[in-house]
Amino acid sequence: MKKLLMATAASALLAGAASAEEIKLGVILGFTGPIESLTPNMAAGAELAMKEVSDSGKLLDGSTVASVRADSTCVDAGAATAAAERLITSEGVKGIMGADCSGVTGAVLANAAVPNGIVMVSPSATSPALSDAEDNGLFFRTAPSDARQGKVMTQVLLDQGVKSVALTYTNNDYGKGLADSFQKAFEAAGGEVTISAAHEDGKADYSAEVGALAAAGGDRLVVAGYVDQGGNGIVRAALDAGAFDTFHFPDGMIGAKLEEDFGSDIDGSTGQVPGTDSPGAAKFAEVVGDAIDVSSPYVGESYDAAALIMLAMQAAGSSDPSAYKDKMMEVANAPGEPIYPGELAKALEIIAGGGDIDYVGATAVELIGPGEAAGGYREIVFKGGKMETVGYR
Amino acid sequence: MDILNAIVALSNFVLIPAIAYGSQLAIGALGVTLIYDILRFSNFAHGDTMAFGTMVTILFTWLFQSMGITLGPLPTALLALPLGIAATGLLVLGTDRMVYRFYRRQKAAPVVFVIVSIGVMFIMNGLVRFIIGPGDQRFADGARFIISARDFKAWSGLNEGLALKTSQAITVVVAVMVVAALFWFLNRTRTGKSMRAYSDNEDLALLSGINPERVVLVTWLIVAALATVAGVLYGLDKSFKPFTYFQLLLPIFASAIVGGLGSPLGAIAGGFVIAFSEVLVTYPLKKILGYLLPESLEPNGLVQLLSTDYKFAVSFVILVIVLLFRPTGLFRGKSV
Repeated sequence: MKKLLMATAASALLAGAASAEEIKLGVILGFTGPIESLTPNMAAGAELAMKEVSDSGKLLDGSTVASVRADSTCVDAGAATAAAERLITSEGVKGIMGADCSGVTGAVLANAAVPNGIVMVSPSATSPALSDAEDNGLFFRTAPSDARQGKVMTQVLLDQGVKSVALTYTNNDYGKGLADSFQKAFEAAGGEVTISAAHEDGKADYSAEVGALAAAGGDRLVVAGYVDQGGNGIVRAALDAGAFDTFHFPDGMIGAKLEEDFGSDIDGSTGQVPGTDSPGAAKFAEVVGDAIDVSSPYVGESYDAAALIMLAMQAAGSSDPSAYKDKMMEVANAPGEPIYPGELAKALEIIAGGGDIDYVGATAVELIGPGEAAGGYREIVFKGGKMETVGYR
Repeated sequence: MDILNAIVALSNFVLIPAIAYGSQLAIGALGVTLIYDILRFSNFAHGDTMAFGTMVTILFTWLFQSMGITLGPLPTALLALPLGIAATGLLVLGTDRMVYRFYRRQKAAPVVFVIVSIGVMFIMNGLVRFIIGPGDQRFADGARFIISARDFKAWSGLNEGLALKTSQAITVVVAVMVVAALFWFLNRTRTGKSMRAYSDNEDLALLSGINPERVVLVTWLIVAALATVAGVLYGLDKSFKPFTYFQLLLPIFASAIVGGLGSPLGAIAGGFVIAFSEVLVTYPLKKILGYLLPESLEPNGLVQLLSTDYKFAVSFVILVIVLLFRPTGLFRGKSV
């Protein structure tokens, strides 16, 4: 018995000495809460990248990557922080793919990731406030900041000849951040925001909000809300009262539900959602096959987030976050060989051979400034009750 | 012309929505107030009772629609409403048998009942989500508008449109009918009178031979009917979502308390006070003043008393003022 124990201990030591290891990555998303319908696809996207890398056996001399999921709840900062703390201290994750909603992402970053020195890559937190967050170079995101979306919205509206809009936003970090950045960009470009009014999600009645928006007037109503929450109620009430005929919808409002609920009533409305015409998106759909619904938002971003972490580890030659955090920008940006989804094994090989890569991925990743995606958007127009893509910005 | 424009704008954005919302709150508050009056506790499960009744009505509406039965321009849900009321009646009677009766026999304190009703609320909450799911359901069919804003503008030649939805008209008509029937029942029938007697003085009512279990039974049935009607009207006008119905509890209780808990007339008045205060205080007068005042005096700002962020604060400020200066509510209900 003693011998057996000795042998096991010895072999464990040997295994530890070799550089191959099982690296754990945390996946912190809101598996319960307001975006629970989106997160299973996002997690599956990230885990697909991990599987691709593990199967290739090329990461850090044959290390494998395992995913550990945790629930961010999207809204409860305390619960998200506790979940992240558990992943870091008891599961020993080397990096975090998450979190999802801007509020909990900020909380996890400040209370768990930074104190423990863990790299965090969010696929979907878009609040401009996160650009200035104190992160010691540990925080990245594959989704663009809403400061960028505000500028894109301004462009879309001005190109349509819309000079004056009423603005309503859902009263949280996402809505407020987007509304502020849009108002700043739109007014700087010579447009007029007649009113900027918050609305609460899940409330009984929106006639007061719509009354105020209608009284302020404007050519179009910008609804920075959620399609399955208050944003829907606002659009419904505005149409019923004849307050506005056309709307502009940022990413949170773009969904199949919009077509289902309003159909041709909102013809002529516009919107934009993160998206790209890079060949990466098509390749990603090919790699995924039927396994995941790629039309669901932020699936590609999740794949890219996980892939970036693992490529940076390879470039640093270590799974230690303090070492690989400095390599994130390097693998994401030019120069180097462009890497599309499904080519992670090739990328790992190039890096191991001392080469340089430019990770493009599913969403044409280009990290700028404090480590966030530069961001391409798909412009949408409603025609005949359907969403039509009219271009990319 | 300008005066007409101002009147139309005001009715379209303030009067019509507030009257419809007020009626929905009033019927909801009537249910809360009846329970408080006769069974003597604040029923926190009321919002979810409404959700349950609406859910059953929606399921039957879908069944009728799939069978091709409709009411023409009226929503099919009106046809399914009696079935919804019946199912809700069975649910609340079952709850009463299994839960509340036990505490009634114990002569439990009202606060115990309140906590028990919170437990019931969570069960019903889960039940509704389990059957129909947490998502948004729209079940309104038939003609959506009596007058649509665009038609009105074309017909009248005014700048402002006036929209009157079928659901808003139905809400007001049904609310008037329900309230009239309830008052007739409470004031004119023997059972109604025995309910009022039981509410005024329980011991005296028992001595004069009123059967308490019967009073309780009738009360629950009326409450089930009121809750279902309020829920369906609200769902027709806006949309059905279990979480929103749970949140409706707040304005409904505010209405009942402002009007005076236990006073049916107060519940109705309270419903309208809350609805109007939410809409009116936050309505920017810019447009109206723009029509009424000469051009030189036209306001540049929005002339909004309070931003819409504060609309809930408005109802609660009214609630606090009423409780401070008139704790029994506007219509002399029981003090809380």
